[in-house]
Amino acid sequence: MSPEKLARMANQITTFFHSKPHDEAVAGVADHISNFWEPRMRAQLFEKLAEGGEGLDPLVIEAKDQIRPVKQTA
Amino acid sequence: MRLIQETDFGTPASRSEKTVMLTIDGFEVTVPEGTSVMRASQEVGISVPKLCATDMVDAFGSCRLCVVEIEGRNGTPSSCTTPVADGMVVHTQTGKLKDIRRGVMELYISDHPLDCLTCAANGDCELQDMAGAVGLRDVRYGYEGDNHVVARNSDQPNMRWMPKDESNPYFTYDPSKCIVCSRCVRACEEVQGTFALTIEGRGFDSRVSPGMHEDFLSSECVSCGACVQACPTATLTEKSVIEIGQPEHSVVTTCAYCGVGCSFKAEMRGEELVRMVPYKDGKANRGHSCVKGRFAYGYANHQDRILNPMIRDTIDEPWREVSWDEALSFTTNKLKKLQKDHGKNSIGVITSSRCTNEETYLVQKLTRAVFGNNNTDTCARVCHSPTGYGLGQAFGTSAGTQDFDSVEHTDVVIVIGANPTDGHPVFGSRLKKRLREGAQLIVIDPRRIDLVRSPHIKAAHHLPLRPGTNVAVLTALAHVIVTEGLMDEAFIRERCDWDEFQDYAEFAADERHSPEATEQLTGVPAEELRKAARLFAKGGNGAIYYGLGITEHSQGSTAVMALANLAMMTGNIGRKGVGVNPLRGQNNVQGSCDMGSFPHELPGYRHVKLPEVRAIFESLWGVEIDSEPGLRIPNMLDAAVDGTFKGIYIQGEDILQSDPDTHHVAAGLAAMECVVVHDLFLNETANYAHVFLPGSTFLEKDGTFTNAERRINRVRKVMSPKNGYADWEITQLLANAMGGNWSYSHPSEIMAEIAATTPSFANVTYDLLEEKGSIQWPCNEAHPDGSPIMHVDGFVRGKGKFIVTEYVATDERTGPRFPLLLTTGRILSQYNVGAQTRRTANVAWHEEDRLEIHPHDAEQRGIRDGDFVRLASRAGETSLRALITDRVAPGVVYTTFHHPGTQANVITTDYSDWATNCPEYKVTAVQVTPSNGPTEWQVEYDAQAKQSRRIVHAEPAE
Ligand code: SF4
Ligand code: SF4
Ligand code: SF4
Ligand code: FES
Repeated sequence: MSPEKLARMANQITTFFHSKPHDEAVAGVADHISNFWEPRMRAQLFEKLAEGGEGLDPLVIEAKDQIRPVKQTA
Repeated sequence: MRLIQETDFGTPASRSEKTVMLTIDGFEVTVPEGTSVMRASQEVGISVPKLCATDMVDAFGSCRLCVVEIEGRNGTPSSCTTPVADGMVVHTQTGKLKDIRRGVMELYISDHPLDCLTCAANGDCELQDMAGAVGLRDVRYGYEGDNHVVARNSDQPNMRWMPKDESNPYFTYDPSKCIVCSRCVRACEEVQGTFALTIEGRGFDSRVSPGMHEDFLSSECVSCGACVQACPTATLTEKSVIEIGQPEHSVVTTCAYCGVGCSFKAEMRGEELVRMVPYKDGKANRGHSCVKGRFAYGYANHQDRILNPMIRDTIDEPWREVSWDEALSFTTNKLKKLQKDHGKNSIGVITSSRCTNEETYLVQKLTRAVFGNNNTDTCARVCHSPTGYGLGQAFGTSAGTQDFDSVEHTDVVIVIGANPTDGHPVFGSRLKKRLREGAQLIVIDPRRIDLVRSPHIKAAHHLPLRPGTNVAVLTALAHVIVTEGLMDEAFIRERCDWDEFQDYAEFAADERHSPEATEQLTGVPAEELRKAARLFAKGGNGAIYYGLGITEHSQGSTAVMALANLAMMTGNIGRKGVGVNPLRGQNNVQGSCDMGSFPHELPGYRHVKLPEVRAIFESLWGVEIDSEPGLRIPNMLDAAVDGTFKGIYIQGEDILQSDPDTHHVAAGLAAMECVVVHDLFLNETANYAHVFLPGSTFLEKDGTFTNAERRINRVRKVMSPKNGYADWEITQLLANAMGGNWSYSHPSEIMAEIAATTPSFANVTYDLLEEKGSIQWPCNEAHPDGSPIMHVDGFVRGKGKFIVTEYVATDERTGPRFPLLLTTGRILSQYNVGAQTRRTANVAWHEEDRLEIHPHDAEQRGIRDGDFVRLASRAGETSLRALITDRVAPGVVYTTFHHPGTQANVITTDYSDWATNCPEYKVTAVQVTPSNGPTEWQVEYDAQAKQSRRIVHAEPAE
């Protein structure tokens, strides 16, 4: 999927969690992405984060380490 | 098998809890107070002769056939209008009564044609039955005098005679047979609530008339058929009965159209369906139905229906009809190769909300157990996925809280983002009945839907919000309730998390959420909104009914949570007459969600990451289940374009027509190497398919559907599948061809597997369904009879959760290029993408999609009613004809998406709900300009579709 669309989807999630207390928000974003994003999408997100996360909401960047890692599939 | 004859008690049941004892013909009877003498008699099996009474409507007392004698009372009262009293002694058959009845019948028959032998109602006519019951032996008057029966009276035209009205495609009205009992008129008023019929004229002149002396088709009539069902004679008769004759056996089954889930008797002659008659014991519909369920089943025999499997190597080739074996091995080879070359996650499935629970369960099992991934999704993605998510978060379960009967106990109703009289007609009728009894109504919708104002109904408040501002309006309602202290504090303290409520209340009370502050944005007058909030909070039992106008937004899930907040803060959860009720679009949307169609959840809404849940299925299926969530439909399409998703099995869905941003869907499908479509017709998606597996209709298979009230209803096979197999068998064939090793021999075995693995279905069996008729889940040890109402003693999740719902404007905004907001909906006679209804006589009511536009906007653009207009958004453009109406506000346009020629989804964008990716159908910025006809895309599309539908028929075997 296009990097813009991926960023938009991630940022839309953070928009909802912005109204929560900070720690809860970070955990909420990470949980949501871990639970609903298929590994291909998470892989693309991790790539984007590794490149500095341009266009991503700071909450996504902070949530990075809490998002479920992607196992390399055989 | 026999013809199911339901007892007609003559008058509706009384709801009183107090009972009365009386004696009828020497039998003692105890019945609720308020029961009629007629009904009480029937309770002990004594059928008093009657013509104008039937238990679907209130008694009227006009025919005087039902007279009885009551000891100690003068005269001969009509039993249908006389309520029982304690100690009453009734005689239903005396010399005097017999004489009166014969006299009455003689008069009726003297103005009635005596062509019983060739009459369509022969064998099912109450006039005939009554003539027999009262012992009518001769009629002293002929047709020489005044009558309505013959067209000419001794050479003179008979001015009283009226020709048959055959304008309605499904039933005829033959005035010469009418006995003016007014059962039809009352059915239209009391049951359907349309008020299309009147009795015109007086005395001997009186006639039944649709509207102001119109024919049925041009009148207000919505063709629900209630009047046909109520008519005791052949005056109103189904055309199918005229054509075929009377049925000889019947089977109870469930409508396959909308989420109301009406129960019907399919009345049969052999394997031929004669008619569908709503089943009185059906708990969702209580004997009523709409035009779709009762009449629109002709698609099952339509010439477009495909009955043989077909394959092709590329989508520009014509289809080749092949045997099932060849189709299956072709498919299997392709899918296996794709998995070998591109990994096991390169293929997936889409389950259907139109198919049965059992079929859906098998399709998700196919991907999880046989393909080895979780790439399963369903069309609920594009409609009610936010309901699942939002209600799951707030209450702990992804379903509506009430049964439909609950509306009978409601005092204030909020209808938001739904149009029940069109989308959920039988619920609409039940709601209207309650409103006529005095309940108050608040409509929150950009459009002035019929409920806002229709005969004998007027909404107390209509909040015509700008599309895309649901959350702002709902939070403003909460603001009023919180700041004016209208909440139910006791309920909140006892049932919800008090701290969370405090946070929420503080948020809602903020001045920026006040109706005055948001009025500019939402377009809803502040004062009106305040009044609505007060009414809902303090008007008694408050119930919320909502539809896709809530979910299909980028804040769909947030809006669902906002509704849950409103219900909790006003204490409207956990008893009759209240609750949060999603009105589901398709017949089995609830079921397809329950059955684990979503990529992250196994059946029963349990995440695939949970090892203990996977273990249940792993031990039963003997496979390892992937712990990673799979792809959702939009993600599948994105992955297809990226080249990592290559093959798909789609059962009973037409994503090319029903999903947003058609261009993107088409690109995704075109990028796949093996698209398998399993459906009744070559739908739009099939233009991109390599394999077509012909499906079966709901009349041709066994199974269950779960309606919007969580009610599991049986679907029963009444004829053999014309395509050779029921859909669950086809999925099983495919699974086995892929090495699945399944051996189900009946859907009841699939249900047994569902019950064994899914706690909320634990006690559900076909035997129990047989016994109870239907069951509302959860049905398990704690609720052995099922659960009509949820969260009665506490929320499923424990404490109800208040969630802060910050309004965020959608990215889809109007601007100079696209200054109008498009919102989409549906109408009564058509259903979803219309694949079925377009192939029935229902097209009489809706032969094309029209664009509703306000007179002001139309004038500015030089558009006249009926003109072709070009409708463009940043995603694409299409053209259709305009309908000028002030039902939509200035700045808003509206259309339906029932016809593929229109391609309304070429316009919709790929924006979606933040939590569930449910597409934002309900808001698209558009421009409307005059045009001469179809756009280039429509022409091209049409050509491509024709090209792609070519079929080379197989040589018949020698
Ligand atoms: S079909 Fe329904 S709407 Fe039409 S006249 Fe009969 S009861 Fe009324
Ligand atoms: S049309 Fe049928 S139901 Fe209506 S008044 Fe005539 S006989 Fe009665
Ligand atoms: S379409 Fe809906 S309301 Fe109409 S008969 Fe079927 S289930 Fe009932
Ligand atoms: S049935 Fe009672 S008056 Fe007609």
